[in-house]
Order: sequence, then structure tokens, then C-alpha cells
Amino acid sequence: MPDFDVVIVGSGPGGATTADVLTAAGKSVCVLEKGRNHLLALEPPFESLGRLSNDEIKFNRRHFLGPDPLLEPRTYRRAVADGDRIFTGDVNNMPSTVGGAGYHADGKLPRYREIDFRLAGELGPVDGAEVADWPVDYDEIEPYYAEAERAIGVAGDHTGNPFAAWRSGRYPMPPGADMFLTTLTGPAAETLGYHPYRAPTGANSVPYDGRPACNNCGFCAFYGCPIEAKGDPVALLRRALRTGNCEIRPESIALEILVDSTGKQSRGVRYLDADGTQHEVTSNAAVVACGAFETPRLLLRSGIGNSSDLVGRYLMFHLQTIVLGYFPFRLHAYKGRDVTHLMDDPIVGDAASAAAAKTAGVPYLRGGIVEHGGSGHPIGEALYTPPGQQHSARMAASDRRDRMVGFTMQGEDLPQATNRVDLDPAVRDVWGLPAGRITYTSHEHDVACAHHWGPRLEEVLRQAGAHTTSWLTSPGTPGTRVPGLQPISRHWMGTARMGDDPRRSVCDPWQRLWDVDNVVVTDSSVFPTSTGYGPTLTLVALAVRAARALAGIEPLTSDRANAI
Amino acid sequence: MALHFLTEHEYEVVARCADRLLPPHAAFVGGAAAGVAGYVDLTLGGFEFDPPRIWAGGPFSGRFGGAATFDQFIPLSRVEELAWRTRIEGSRGIAEREWNGPVRGWQEIYREGIAMLADNFLDLAGEEQEAALDALPELKQLLFEHACEACYGSPEYGGNLDLNGWRAIGYAGDVQPRGWRDEEVTSA
Ligand SMILES: Cc1cc2nc3c(=O)[nH]c(=O)nc-3n(C[C@H](O)[C@H](O)[C@H](O)COP(=O)(O)OP(=O)(O)OC[C@H]3O[C@@H](n4cnc5c(N)ncnc54)[C@H](O)[C@@H]3O)c2cc1C
Ligand code: SF4
Repeated sequence: MPDFDVVIVGSGPGGATTADVLTAAGKSVCVLEKGRNHLLALEPPFESLGRLSNDEIKFNRRHFLGPDPLLEPRTYRRAVADGDRIFTGDVNNMPSTVGGAGYHADGKLPRYREIDFRLAGELGPVDGAEVADWPVDYDEIEPYYAEAERAIGVAGDHTGNPFAAWRSGRYPMPPGADMFLTTLTGPAAETLGYHPYRAPTGANSVPYDGRPACNNCGFCAFYGCPIEAKGDPVALLRRALRTGNCEIRPESIALEILVDSTGKQSRGVRYLDADGTQHEVTSNAAVVACGAFETPRLLLRSGIGNSSDLVGRYLMFHLQTIVLGYFPFRLHAYKGRDVTHLMDDPIVGDAASAAAAKTAGVPYLRGGIVEHGGSGHPIGEALYTPPGQQHSARMAASDRRDRMVGFTMQGEDLPQATNRVDLDPAVRDVWGLPAGRITYTSHEHDVACAHHWGPRLEEVLRQAGAHTTSWLTSPGTPGTRVPGLQPISRHWMGTARMGDDPRRSVCDPWQRLWDVDNVVVTDSSVFPTSTGYGPTLTLVALAVRAARALAGIEPLTSDRANAI
Repeated sequence: MALHFLTEHEYEVVARCADRLLPPHAAFVGGAAAGVAGYVDLTLGGFEFDPPRIWAGGPFSGRFGGAATFDQFIPLSRVEELAWRTRIEGSRGIAEREWNGPVRGWQEIYREGIAMLADNFLDLAGEEQEAALDALPELKQLLFEHACEACYGSPEYGGNLDLNGWRAIGYAGDVQPRGWRDEEVTSA
């Protein structure tokens, strides 16, 4: 008898969703999480531990949610020509903690559109990229989106986005309060022909699922919610624990997925506990939900799933175009959630973007969603302001914090086999394991999108009243100001892509490793393309689908004919 | 005043430097009076306390309601203590701290950097103090980062005395559990 039906590695949105679905189906589940538990008591009634707080030092300066770059360094190079690495430390770090990056995120949770699942089929190939269709389409995933929105608790307005895909129902909650600055940027964008809408967000706008409404404290992205108005993933983990079928083991790093003598079936996971003692936990199936950086690292370390040589490849981040506008008056963006409006126009494109594609020599330009947001908190502003005589005066004026609007475009980056995660030949983590190494250069399509949309989004900010504007990209692209060498998008995708052909994908259409079919990957590693939207709602929807299949529950369905 | 790592001389030097980096200005008392030296001393001497003064508690400070719990610092795990001791004390040739090579600690950066300043640093004119600090970029950068944290971070870490940093910039700070009403968010 194995110890559990299923061992899940990773407790972020992907792992938490899988645990929720499996435990509700009566499966016994053990969740291994390398980070600490600051989220909820692991004994009934599983209450908040009360450690999340509005504290910029703890969360932004002192790695409270991990991973501490000293303990778990990552390395980065743009291309093989850079040598082994050009940077060691924080490379797009995602929290290492019970709950993963779920509660660190401020949770804009839009759905993808129909075309996002069949880009290759609809728009054809692109030189230098391997754009692929997904093995699942929007109509199939729609009911899982609805389930994900219900399980997490998403507040939104289904009439807001004219480009949105069809839906079988409304959002579970109406949208929350609009930030003041969007009363300026929204109408400005509309005047210029764009279509801003109120961001669907995984934060309660009204009491929901036993948790209170958001009270707009303003410490949303990079902080956990002290009052649990954000449901992802605390609601999912608590529900799984309440079934009595779930055990969460924090500070337990999975070293290796164990396979039997055939090499084709997993029998469990070997891990290290907080004291550094090794254990094996056995199970009928293993779920890997480590996030799309750690998932390939674990698979490579375990030596499984890689007959296609694609584990770690097709890494995608979103090429972020960050557009800043400075206003002559205060905007108090520190009140409220971090982003309250989005627009899809650069994803949908127009005549000008088609012309720009032609000039750039690429078949199309697909930008990304544009987030209308404010700035951060005062330590961040202080650090960006040069020390000396002007520092205190500039802090008092708060140009970079209280009078600034930031648009972020999450530009779709095309999958390239040379962009990858592999194991660093020399740098180690605190457990002696090879650090993950990132090799990444943006495709010319992605760069062309940034250069096309950056100036256009500056126009929106000027229309809204900004006296000065600028734009830059992360990672840096030729001709732009670079905020730092390495990517900072906090999105990771593509490193164990799913598909119909075992030679051209790592996972099958149900997210099982082709090579070891009782190992299921339930994070954004499986995405064949990045789209221009945040990955989380889609990875959660897919995790619901994969977990139901693993538990032998029939698929969910919905009917386009009944679309609202 | 009981200090936890800095000597009295070092404390004074840090305070003076803080006033050069984040100077007094109309509504702002300046880095020294805002408590930068106390913050640096508590950070460098964080392991004199149990639990160490690395991560303040939660969920509320009490400034906007709720019980005040920020001052109940959160204990570290075994590897977190390893990381923070390494960062603060340096790796000092201890094998356990050097799996990727030696790490220079904040304590060394302050102690050695301050020792390299002239003995009469405190008596120098402002511009001369600035020039001296410019000549020590490692110390200047670390001190600047700590000064920003001290002036504009939560006062439970020892800085932002009397909330002078936040007041100077018209910032409320941690507002939970009061938060902001919807009208306060949406209106000008
Ligand atoms: C500040 C911020 C804002 C964001 N905003 C948005 C947004 O608005 N919209 C959006 O869609 N997305 C957003 N994201 C991204 C979002 O957080 C991620 O897409 C999401 O968390 C990914 O979920 P996951 O479960 O795949 O991985 P993660 O959340 O990264 O969780 C993986 C977990 O696995 C653990 N783990 C890894 N390896 C091991 C191992 N070997 N053993 C044990 N445990 C292991 C990790 O410690 C981690 O806790 C944001 C992220 C951040 C940081
Ligand atoms: S803004 Fe709302 S959801 Fe975000 S942390 Fe504050 S109360 Fe929670």
C-alpha cells in the first residue's frame, strides 16, 4: 500500500487546485512544499496564521516569502555566447512558501480568447519560433474557467471587454472599486479608440466563501492579503485540508520523482525535511506543480520525461513594456488594488500594428494585455531616487509614487527552443542541488510589439493628462532603457509543453508526462504558447481538468449555444 | 543608549551619513533624526534578539485598529537563519556558509568602511563628508538602502521615528484593518 493516492509537489495555485479537486473526490493527498508555512494553521479549523501584513521591509526587502537568493540562487544568460552565466541571484523569483506565488500576486485573472489556443493554425508559422496549437480549445476549457473563477472567487463584469471570449455565466462577484487614476486613463484610452475594462480580479468585492470583501489596503501585488480577501490559493488549500484527506508538509523539498524498475511509472517522491533528513513518500501518482521554473528543474534532476529533449525549453515570460506617465497632481494609487483596469487592444491588433509587423518582417504583432496601474510603496521610490540634496524634496513631491501612472503590457513572447531552463554547471542551492539556469533572448516579434506599442501607450497617458512620459522593457530590448538585465515579469510558461505528439511535447493533452504517465504536470509549464494574458486563471482551469481526469471524474462540459 | 552592534562612534557616523544621503528638508527631519542609525544597529545586531529582528509580525500594527502585533518578530527556520547570519555577519570562512564561495557581510561592510573614513569625519563639513562617502561606494550603497528602509519603512524595525518619514511624504503607511473606503479609492 502506498502512503498516499497522490503526492503533489508545490502548493501554489496549480498544486492547491489539484489538491482541492482530488481531496473532494476522496483521494488521499500529500502536498510537499519547500517553503515555509505562513498562511494557515495546518490543524482544524485551519485558521489564518496572521503573519501577512502591510510591511514593505518584510515582503519587498527581506524575502519573507522566499526564495532567499542566497539560499536558492538562479543564474541567467541571454544566450550560450554569454558563457556559463552573466548573473546569479534573483531572476524573476517566485515565492517559495505554502501557497506559492498565489497570494503574492494581486490576481488579475482574465480568460484567454478562442484564438489563443490555435495561433499556429489560424495565423501560420513564424520564423525562428515554434508556435504550436494547444491540444485543448476554448470551448473545451470554458467550463473549467467557470469552475476556476468560482473556486478562487473572481470579481468582474462580463460585459466589460468587447473582445472577450464567450462565457457560460457571470462572474461570481461584481468588480471592486476603481482606482482614481483609471477615471483619467480609462476615458483617455477610449478617446483614442481603445477598450479599457474593469479587471477581473481574484479579490472579493463582497463577502464570499466565508472571507471578507477587500478593503483596498493597497498592499496587494508582492504582499499576502492580511484579511484573506484574496482567495488564491488559501481558499483552495483550506478546502482541501477540511476534507481530512490532505496533509501539507512545509519545508519539504522534493529532490527527485522516483520511478519503478521499468522507468515508466512513478512510485513516489524523495524529499528533504526542514532538518535536512531525507524521506521517501510513496503514492500511486505524482503531480508536479512547482511553477514553470522549478518544474523542469525537478524533472531534469530526476532524469524523467525528457525523451523529446524539450524539458526546460520554450521558456516564456511575457516581454513587459512598461510605460510611465507623470501627472501634475496626486493620484493616490496606494489606495486600492494594484491594477483595476485592463485592455486587450494590443492583443487584438489593428491596421497600424499589421503595418508595423510588415515593416518588422514578421507575419503579425500580438502584443499583450495592458494593465492600468499605479506605482509602488515609498521604500521602492526612495531607492530609485538618487541620494543627496534633492532626495527629500523629491520624496515629498512623490513624483514617482503619488503622481505616476504605470501601464504594463504583458507582451506575448513566442516560444523558442533556445530559451530554456537547465541546470547550472557550478552554482548550487543550499541543499547542494544544481541551481536552475535561465537562457533567454526575446524574439524579434516580441521586440517589434514593444516598440510599436510603447509610444502608442505613451499617447494614452498624455491624453489622460501626463506632462511627461517614457517607456522601457523587461528584459531590456535594443534601444530601450533597461530596468535590470534579467526578466522581472513574475510569469513563467512553457517549459514542459503539452501536445499531441510525444516527439514534440513533454506532456500529453491531459498533462501527463508522455514518458511516465502517472506523473501529471499542473502548472503553466504545459502552455504551448504564452498568450498576452497573465497565466494563472488558465493554469488553474487546466489543473481542474487534469485533476478530474486523474481522479477518474467525468469531464465538465458547457454549451456555447447557452452563452450569456 | 544600549547599542547592539555599532560602537558609539560608528553610530554617530551612520547618523551623519544618513543626513547627507537623505537630508533634512521642509517637512522632513532628515535621516539622522528619522532613526537611520538605530535601524542599522538593530539590523546588524538582529541576532542579539530571540526571535531575531528580521521579520516583524502581523497582521496589524495597531495604527489603524486591531491589536498591535508587528512588534512580535517571527522566528526563522534553520536555513533562513543560515542565510540571514551569512548576509549580516558574513561567511567568515565557515564552510556551511560558503557553498557558493565567500559572502561579505553587512557587519564587515559597515565596520571596515567606517574605519576607512578619517578619524575627524564627524567634524568635517557636509560636502567633505559626502566626498569621503563617495570614495567608499560599497558602504555608501548599503547605507543608502538601509537609510531608505529606515525612513520609509515600518517603525517596528527601529527607524521612521514618530512616523516622520511617512508624514513628510503624506503617506498613511499600513492601513489594515481599516483599509480605504471605495469612495476614497475612486475619488480625487
Ligand atoms: C507580484 C506578483 C504578481 C502577479 N500577478 C499576477 C496576475 O495579476 N495575474 C496572473 O495571472 N498571474 C500573476 N502572477 C503570477 C502568478 O503568481 C503565477 O502564475 C502563479 O502563482 C503560478 O502558480 P504555480 O502553482 O504554477 O506556481 P507557484 O505559485 O510558483 O508555486 C509553486 C510552488 O512550488 C514550490 N516548489 C517548487 N519546487 C519545489 C520542490 N522541488 N519541492 C517542493 N516544493 C517546490 C515552490 O516553493 C512554490 O511554493 C503574479 C506573480 C507575482 C509574484
Ligand atoms: S488591496 Fe484588498 S485584496 Fe489586496 S491585500 Fe489589500 S485588502 Fe487584500
